[in-house]
This record gives sequence, structure tokens and C-alpha cells, in this order.
Amino acid sequence: MTRISITVDGVRYDDDVEARTLLVHHLRDRLGKVGTVVGCDTSNCGACTVLMAGDAVKSCNVLAVQADGTEIITIEGLAGGDGSLHPVQQAFHDRHALQCGFCTPGMILAAVDLLAENPDPSDAEIREGIEGNLCRCTGYQNIVRAVRDAASALRGAQVAEPASAVDGQMPGTPQAPPAVPSEPESVPVEAVPRPVP
Amino acid sequence: MTTVQERPAGEVGAARKRKEDARLITGRTMWTENITLPGMLHLAILRSPMAHARITRVDTSAALREPGVVTAFSGRDVADTQGSLPCAWPVTEDMVHPDHPPLAVDEVRHVGEAVAVVVARDRASAVDALAVIEVDYEPLPVVLDMEDALAEDARLVHADKGTNKAYTWVFDSGEAGTGQGVDAAFAGAEVVIKRRYIQQRLIPAFMEPRSVVVDPTGDQHTIWSATQIPHILRVMVALVTGTPEHKVRVVAPDVGGGFGGKLQVTAEELIAFMAAQRVGKPVKYTESRSDSLVSAHHGRDQIQDVELAARRDGTVLGLRVNLLANMGAYLGIVTPGVPLLGAFMYNAIYKFPAYRFVCTGVFTNTTTTDAYRGAGRPEATYAIERLMDELAVELDMDPVEVRRRNWIKHDEFPFDTVAGLTYDSGNYEAATDKALELFGYEALRAEQASRRESGDPVQLGIGVSTYTEMCGLAPSRVLGALRYAAGGWETASIRVLPTGKVEVVTGTSPHGQGHETAWSQIVADRLGVPFEDVEVLHGDTRTSHKGLDTYGSRSLAVGGIALVNACTKVIEKARPVAAHLLECDVSDLEFADGAFRVRGAPSDAAGKTIADCAFAVFAAHDMPDGVEPTIDADATYDPGNFSFPHGTHLCATEVDAETGRVTIRSYVAVDDVGRVINPSIVEGQVHGGVAQGIAQALFEEAVYDGEGNLLTGTFIDYTPPSAADLPDIVSDRTETPAPDHPLGAKGVGEAGTIASTPAVINAIVDALRPYGVSDIRMPATPERVWQALRGGARS
Ligand code: FES
Ligand code: FES
Repeated sequence: MTRISITVDGVRYDDDVEARTLLVHHLRDRLGKVGTVVGCDTSNCGACTVLMAGDAVKSCNVLAVQADGTEIITIEGLAGGDGSLHPVQQAFHDRHALQCGFCTPGMILAAVDLLAENPDPSDAEIREGIEGNLCRCTGYQNIVRAVRDAASALRGAQVAEPASAVDGQMPGTPQAPPAVPSEPESVPVEAVPRPVP
Repeated sequence: MTTVQERPAGEVGAARKRKEDARLITGRTMWTENITLPGMLHLAILRSPMAHARITRVDTSAALREPGVVTAFSGRDVADTQGSLPCAWPVTEDMVHPDHPPLAVDEVRHVGEAVAVVVARDRASAVDALAVIEVDYEPLPVVLDMEDALAEDARLVHADKGTNKAYTWVFDSGEAGTGQGVDAAFAGAEVVIKRRYIQQRLIPAFMEPRSVVVDPTGDQHTIWSATQIPHILRVMVALVTGTPEHKVRVVAPDVGGGFGGKLQVTAEELIAFMAAQRVGKPVKYTESRSDSLVSAHHGRDQIQDVELAARRDGTVLGLRVNLLANMGAYLGIVTPGVPLLGAFMYNAIYKFPAYRFVCTGVFTNTTTTDAYRGAGRPEATYAIERLMDELAVELDMDPVEVRRRNWIKHDEFPFDTVAGLTYDSGNYEAATDKALELFGYEALRAEQASRRESGDPVQLGIGVSTYTEMCGLAPSRVLGALRYAAGGWETASIRVLPTGKVEVVTGTSPHGQGHETAWSQIVADRLGVPFEDVEVLHGDTRTSHKGLDTYGSRSLAVGGIALVNACTKVIEKARPVAAHLLECDVSDLEFADGAFRVRGAPSDAAGKTIADCAFAVFAAHDMPDGVEPTIDADATYDPGNFSFPHGTHLCATEVDAETGRVTIRSYVAVDDVGRVINPSIVEGQVHGGVAQGIAQALFEEAVYDGEGNLLTGTFIDYTPPSAADLPDIVSDRTETPAPDHPLGAKGVGEAGTIASTPAVINAIVDALRPYGVSDIRMPATPERVWQALRGGARS
């Protein structure tokens, strides 16, 4: 057993862990951070991605002891303390970038990391950047759109996209009824502690 | 089309953002693996490393001495009580139906079969203790290839059955009276195209591994499972284990994708159930990805021998299909029926008059196959769409033109097909014209010609795929005629709460499809309540006691009608209440814009809403005589027919003749799925479906070595595509309403997967035609393409 101290989503946890314990199991089984999930046993799927010391890591590929002294942000700690979604979360919702949602926590955190390194990625760079995260549902197209939107939002420049099929208002098909007011669209999120920057 | 009611203005048709997302994007999701119960123990499963062997000895005693181990047992310990995993679709009377014990008893028949289990205080202890279980195997001969398996002196997967043939199922349009005899059609043919296509074995590869928690401590035994079919699972657990059905509760919490792969009653679910009974404590099992890839059912794996007869003007006269379908080692819940779902689709959108389909199900020492997105229809569509391209080449005709000459015209619906179905509606002309325009077909053909001319080492190929499919499993009488054990109805309940909020209980079981959002849209419009005021409940047999779950693009096509009918019943039950409140006659009332008003009154006149009526029946102080104080309603709907979405997908590939590398340059999908409830969800389904079809064409294959070891047992080897592997696609729609659906909707879950595989392969083959290549095995990896180029150039 080794004593480790890590800060997860703004809360400090001191625990004794076995040397072989993976960070993802420590997060899930010990700290109850079940928002982070496991999709494989070969470090291929990225479902377990968290931010460790600011960088995206596959938490199934890190030993808990290696995380000692670091600060970790999981999907549960990404939204603001007031419940406001992180721009990447908001963009995933707005762009229908998730279906079953199992890949989503890892995908969102991988995207957060990507945008920290490259605030204005091309579509190809987005696709390369999230290559380590598998999604079986979406075909990735809406994920790429969401990351692109989030990049604009994070840069503070609201770049309007040309009208296309993206909003489901497909050219030539009967138009959907007038857009529903956007107000009820905001996702209610329970207050979560904001991670200390 | 006249029966389609006008779409009410409002929610239906709007690209509503999903209700489901709130929890999914913040990590507040209830995956089965997240469940922890007081006293819960963990299960680990020892799996067979052999593809076929006699188990001569199993000794679990050492495991019992490991720290934290509560119990350990093998198949032999439960041989008399464990029962057999169900197959609900005995497709022929004489189908060979071997026993399928959850835990192998005397023999293992594929790598990954469960042999013994350990239950321990935590997962690590359980997994560690597996290592000290001793199993002696006596190897038996392995049979992997379907044609080998059918040979005279074949080694047998089930020796006691005396054959590896599960069944032979035949459809013949001459005999069925749905068309002519196929022999005459071939005798009169000017052109016959004969091909063999291989549908490689695929793995559904849902992202959430399967997981099950069983709690035997309550009055009901509760099973949480990452399943698509909680209702079917409940019935089956009752039947297999003898537990009274009312003592079993099944919950499918948040489920992370299925694609047919979680349409199963699994060994793991029954093993966990047995283990929990044994220890009297809650037990959890979650598979690793490696376990999942080798033990969760696989899909496809068919050999298609197909023959098309035509005249030189392009008119198709008939089709013969001879299919070998790999069952794997056992029969899963619908294993034998999967190829039959394809049997009705080989004629696709075409009018040819003669058709014969013969399917033989074959046992091999491989993981059992079963439904995977499309289930039978992608295979059928692939074969016919490949053949139509070959016919076009043979006749030196444009592949779109060949299709045009044969397809059913929009004014010919409803159309009775040679396979015995009645296609409800469609407009293949409109969808194809739109796709051609969006794709820039003529310009791409011109570019292709010039690149062929100049001998460009990177050739351009254009692939056409026109498809239809059958959604909405299924009219119960059809299922009965096909010997399926259950029906195909679906159910919905609506409860209007005293404050006017609405709970909808659906028998469908979404796992990514967005039913909570789409069903809310439908109910909001029908009852005139806000979208936000509707809560959709599903996947728990305690709240949703009845249903047939989600697969086969049936949820909206069947469950959506049950939902609309339940809404109608609510309105009818509220009507006398409203009349009483408004002190008018029932016949004077009309319900519009969410309120009952006296007919002819202005729309801003005071009326009574559903919420008003809900409160009135809650208080029940002043009810009209003889009226029950409730406006809640249930509806169960059994469809009269399938619905038939269709569309045209076009793919342009660039193929590097030097390296074999294939790049998808553009992809256009025009789908006609009838009226759309939520265009953004529909588009998402198309994207994901197309991605999985492209994955079959280019990337994925489950491969066994000669001993029956799965070589693609991790994501490293199975290679599901990442974002970097897939293109953006252009997705558009035409809308031909479903005449049998009050909302005009058809179904969209599988369309993309069905359409895209032949579009991509047709495009690759089209690029390679100048080199003499006329076919390519899937997945068309660079190596395969390169090999084809070498072989093709020689031939
Ligand atoms: S669970 Fe970590 S990469 Fe798959
Ligand atoms: S949304 Fe299901 S795996 Fe990505």
C-alpha cells in the first residue's frame, strides 16, 4: 500500500492504494467518480480520459500512485460551480454529438485538451486530435462540429456556420416548424464544486 | 397516403436538443457498472481457451481458499439446474437446436465459452482466484469453415446431432405464388451474372461493455443489465430458471449502445443470476473488452452465392440466392432468423418477377452470431447492389440507369413484391435525383473518364447504392408465420399527474436513440402540453411492465403508434370531463391547441386543458355520472405491415493503384424515412449507421486462426474506425409519408448501415475496373486492394 494524495474535481483525497491499482479504478471504485468509465483493456478507446495536471490522460493507462500530488478533472468537475456547462459540453449538446453517451466523458475531456493546445484546429486536426477516443454511435461528424463550435466559443468569436444540413433543416425538405425558443434548452446541472484553477 | 393525419404544428419536426444529454455530458449517468449495493459481491468468469474440447476435470476448490472468495463453481455443479439459453426463432420444424448451457458442462465449443466462476468480495480478488481453478481439456477436432462443416465426413460441433447443418429454409416465388418460377426466368435470360460474395464476420462493438447486477435479496429478484431487451429478458429468465415471472424485475438503466449486440439473453446474465441465488447476496459482473469481443455475439458471416438473370435491355428477370449462414457454436435468441430477415430484401427496390432463396444455417466452433445493425438486410442489400453494378458493366450501361429501369415507380405503391411483402410507399426517383444532384454525379463521371484516360495512378471510383429496408418489427401474424416465438406489438401508457405534468411509460428500451426527447415531442403536440412537462420512463419492468423493447428500427414505427393511440385515448377520456366542466354537451366540444373548447368558439376563448381535466379527476369532487375519475390511458399496437424507408447513397473513392490505399472523397446519403419527428436525431442515426457500414467495407473483420482462436480479440486488432478514419458525409432527405403511421414516420436506425457498405465497395471496384478488377473482399484494406490489383491485372 502506498499513500497518495490527489485532488479530484476540486476535492483533496488522501488514500492508501495498492501499487497495481489503476487510476480509473481508484477514481471509480474508491472515490465514487463513476462519471469516468472503462471501455477497454488495451488503452484504445479513450472512454476513461481525464485531465491530469491539465493534460488529457487515459486513466486506465496510469497507476493511481503515478497521480500522487496531481490535480485531476473528470467529467463531473468540468461544469462551473453555478451549473453552467463548459463550452465543450454545451457544444456537444447543441450539436447532437452524443447518442448513447458512453464515449462522451472521455471525448469531451480529450477535446478540452485538444483545444487548450490548438485553439483553432481544422477539421482534420480535430479528427487527428480525438483519434484516441472511439465512438460507436455518432460516426464522429457531429463531434467534429461540436469541437469546432467549442473552439469558436472558447476563442470568444462566435463564428456562424453557413446554413446546411447541420441543424436538421435540410435543404429542399419541408421546413421544420419555427425554432423552439432556446431558453428551455439550457441543461440544468446540479451544482458541482468548481475545481481550483 | 390519405390516411396520414396532418402534422400538428409544434414539436414534431423540430430539431429539439436532447433531454438525455444533461446527464450524459456531466457524468451523472446510471451505467449498470456504476451500481453498488449493500453487501454486493463480484463475479469473474473463467473462459475456454479451446475452440472445441471435452472438459475432463474442473477443480474449483483451490479458488475457494483464496482470500475474499465466497464461492466458486463450474458448469458441472449446476448442470441439472442451470437450464439452456433460449433461442426464440426455430425457423423450421426440424431445425437442429442444441442445448446451450450458460456454463459449459462436458464440452466447450468455442473459445471464450464460460467454464467456471468465482464470486468474491471485490473484482480483483475474483479475477485473481480464476488463476487457481484447474480445468483439464481433451481437445476435439475443430471446424471453422462453413463449407468444411457441411462436407460429408465433417467434424461435428455437436456430435450428438450428427450434423453441422442447423436448418435449410427456402423461399420460392413460384411456389409461394408471389411471382414466377425462377428456372423459367433464367431459361429466358440473355445475361446471367453469377457471383460469390463474402459477408465477413463482424463484432457489434458497442462502447459500453456488457454488465449485469443481480440482487436476490428483495421480494423480487432484480436484474440490472446493459441490455436492449429488458422485457424479453424478464420472460426468458422466468422460463429458463423457473423463477415465477412476477418475482423477477429487470432494469435496463442507461445503456451504452447495442446495435443488436445487446439483443440477447446472455450466459453472463444467467450465470450472475445463479451466482446471486447461491450466495444470497447482490452480485455484479462486468465484462472486459477482451471478454466482450470473444463472447458477446458476433454478426454477419455469410457466404452468398447469387445469380441474376436479365435481358440485354437491362430488365432483371430473376434472382437465385444460395446462402450459407454461420450460426457459430450455438443458437442465440434470434440467430437462425437473422438471414431470413434478409430473405425479404434481396429483391430490394426492384420489380423482377422471379426469386428463389435458399439458406442453410451452419454450426462452427466460433462465437455464436446473432443480430447486428441491419440483421440480414445489409447482407441482402450488399449482394443485390453489387449485382446491379455488375449487370451495368456487363451491359455497358450507367449503374443508375440500370436501377432506374428496374425499380418500382412512385405511382406503383403499394407494391406487392416477389418476396411476398407489400411495400407501403416510396419515391425512388426523387431520392435518387436529389442524391445525384448533391453528389455532382455527371461532373464526377467526367473527371473519372479523364483520370482513366490519363492513367492517373490514383483512380476515381463512383459507387451507387439504392436500398429499401423493412422497419418496424413486426406484424405479429408475420412473425408467427415465420415461427418466431413472440409477437411484434408495442405498448405505451400515459399518466397525467394532478399538476398537469405527464409521465409516459414506453415499452421500447432506448440505448442512445433519444426516445426521451422524441416521445416527449410527440406527446407535447398531441396533448398540448409543454415538451419540458413530459417525462419518459422506460426500461424497468416495475414501471414499464409490458413491452417488446428496441431493435429492428421498431421503436418509432411501432411504439410511436402505440404512443399516439394512448394520447388519443387520454383526450377521449378527458372529453366528458371537459364537457362537464364547461357545462356543454360532449358532442359540442373539439380539442385543438391543447384545449377543449365549444366548437366554433374563437381559439382564445376559455377552454379546458388536459391539465384542467387531470386536476378535476384528481379531486373528483364533481365528476359526470358514470365517468371513471382518471384520464390515464394505455395503448398496445400491433402493426398491420412493416414500413419501408429507402434511399440512395453515393460514394466517391480515390484508390491509389500503387499502394492500395482507399480514400472516401465524398459521400452523399439521401434517405427517405417518412415524416421525421426530430431531424437532428435522424441525421445522427444516419451518420452513425453510415459509419458502421463503412467500417464493414473498409476496416472490420473478426478473424479466427486455424485453431479457432479469435485473432481480433482487442480493439488493437479489430480496428473499429476512429474519427481520423472516417469522412464527413452529406446527409439529406426526401419525405414520403408512411401511409400506415399516424405520424407518417418509418424508421431510421439501420438505414445507413444497410445502404453504405455496397456504396463504398461499388465505388472501390469502379475505381479498379480499368485494371480488370471486378470484386474485392471486405474489408477492403490497402493490402486487399493491392492484392486485387496484382491478381486483377493478371487475369
Ligand atoms: S478504458 Fe482507458 S482507453 Fe479504454
Ligand atoms: S455516443 Fe455512443 S459511443 Fe459515442
